[in-house]
Amino acid sequence: MALAARSDDADHKRDEAFRRELVGLIPHLRAFARTLCGDPTAADDLAQDAMLKAWDARKSFEMGTNMKAWTFMILRNQFYSEKRRSWRQSQLDQEAAERTLVAVDDPEAPVALDELRQGLGMLPVEQREALILVGAGGFAYEEAAAICECAVGTVKSRVSRARRALQGILESGAYRRDGSAAGEAMASILAAAERLSQAK
Amino acid sequence: MRRSRSKSTSLDEARLRQQAIGVRLRQMFDEVVSEPVPDEFLQILRKADEKRSGDA
Repeated sequence: MALAARSDDADHKRDEAFRRELVGLIPHLRAFARTLCGDPTAADDLAQDAMLKAWDARKSFEMGTNMKAWTFMILRNQFYSEKRRSWRQSQLDQEAAERTLVAVDDPEAPVALDELRQGLGMLPVEQREALILVGAGGFAYEEAAAICECAVGTVKSRVSRARRALQGILESGAYRRDGSAAGEAMASILAAAERLSQAK
Repeated sequence: MRRSRSKSTSLDEARLRQQAIGVRLRQMFDEVVSEPVPDEFLQILRKADEKRSGDA
């Protein structure tokens, strides 16, 4: 009985430590989700699902190991399983583009972020996630490879292809700030990005 | 000579553009990180925690 009480206590302490660390990671989960799927509301839903999944799976987490990488992996898996179900396939979100344009007060600085956001959304999703993890999330290639469950070399190649493609998209002005003909332009934009990213 | 110089210049330019994109990307990410966490997140977690306590 006393033994059971003590182990309950240890469980409780462990859960508390886990919860504290998980709460500290929420901002990062939100940022990963937002950059991954673009739409802030869908992103927060995704981040909440990932947070709950992490909490439910807390027993399988080894305290002291990299919880950030672990939760990012959960979020990523969640993203892909939802994407398979219902995610609007990485089409250029014309509505969102128009919405942000209206919302922008300062036509200078924020627009560049919008362009980047648009450009990111055009990248193939595996390139996008690799670039976000390494280029913004602060993960080493090895950690990103563990999160994406692929080889380190694969991550490196995805990141460099993503960088080239993104640069190409931004420079060609392929994003449609006025929202015109975005749908029609998509095929040629993606083809151009793919060509660019394949060029050595 | 001239050719190699212009080549290295364009390489430098490409690197600068890549740096600029990298800075923006981090900024985009960090902006979300620095947003206050919506209460909803903590409420959901609290609810899950209460459910666990209730089960025990």
